[in-house]
Amino acid sequence: MKHVMLMMVLVAATALTPKPTGYEVGDSVVDFKLKNVDGKMVALADFPNAKGFVVIFDCNTCPYSKVYNARIQELDKKFANQGFPVIAINPNDPSISRGDSFDEMVRIAKAKGYTFPYLIDETQSVAKAFGATNTPHVFVLNKKGSELEVAYIGAIDDNAKEANAVTKRYVEDAVNALLNGQPVTTTKTKAIGCGIKWKNA
Amino acid sequence: MSPIRVFLHPSGNLPTSIHHMKHLLLIVLLAATPTVAVVGQTASRIGIDDLVKDMTSTNTKVKVYNFWATWCGPCIKEMPLFEKLSAGRPDVAVTLVSLDLDLDPDPAKVYKFIERKKIKSRVLMLDERDPNAYIEKIDKRWSGALPATVIINTATGKRLFVQQELKDGDLEKLIADVL
Repeated sequence: MKHVMLMMVLVAATALTPKPTGYEVGDSVVDFKLKNVDGKMVALADFPNAKGFVVIFDCNTCPYSKVYNARIQELDKKFANQGFPVIAINPNDPSISRGDSFDEMVRIAKAKGYTFPYLIDETQSVAKAFGATNTPHVFVLNKKGSELEVAYIGAIDDNAKEANAVTKRYVEDAVNALLNGQPVTTTKTKAIGCGIKWKNA
Repeated sequence: MSPIRVFLHPSGNLPTSIHHMKHLLLIVLLAATPTVAVVGQTASRIGIDDLVKDMTSTNTKVKVYNFWATWCGPCIKEMPLFEKLSAGRPDVAVTLVSLDLDLDPDPAKVYKFIERKKIKSRVLMLDERDPNAYIEKIDKRWSGALPATVIINTATGKRLFVQQELKDGDLEKLIADVL
């Protein structure tokens, strides 16, 4: 009986404790195929000339996604033609966050003139595989032969509130280092953000 | 905006124009009247070092810290659970730590929220600049996503951490687990 009780307590505890899953810096990424706002399926393998990617878990609704929206568009304008395109992925369950529907993604991508794919992660399997927890959450990937290696995980920069007051441009610094064949100095950062709206289990 | 709220603004610059002086006078008068003494809950700013001290000081055995913001839907949904806990469990110290200042330096939204929702639990506003530095100090397991909750047994140092919206009954289970 005691054992049963203990088991019950353990089960209850593990149900609430987040499991540390997802990629770490240095891990190789498994490719995915997700629907883009133009209706076509997109995989990382569709970019044979890319040197890497700036994968950003993002959404339509989070205030942090909104303040970073212009900065995300700038990242693609700056780095896509240098071989590091932005791939934005919305993992939010639209039944929990209505503004994150696919139709709304299409509308926003059109209105803002997105120059990069904005993919819907309907099953949330890509967000889970990466270990994304919030929006926006960035994973810079570096191509090494046939492998795509995680080179940076975290925030875009160190100041959400004011783009003008940013002192550390984490993603830009990481991509520039990779472009120059140098090691990335800051490989992991944290920032306040909106928790991903996971489907109810 | 009510003058009382302006008066409570902890870091507002002192008004200088005559027009503002009148307001200031009115505020001072209002503040001096006994009715203002019953102004409910407000929220103080806190720096990370003081927050860490607050989380580890042993004045109460079990402490619950919920990290939230006025813009965070799931945070607002789960807030009644914390209110229920602070009303029903005097042996547990509940603190709601707002992260609103990270995005908006004006605390007005937090004050309005507390007033509108009649929040009774203790509310603090974390006032810090470098999230990459302070998030780890709060809990190594925290990615920075909201909502997040830390449950601490200050006597044993045992800490539980949850980075998701809590459901009814979860807090009671977590408190039992930490004891």
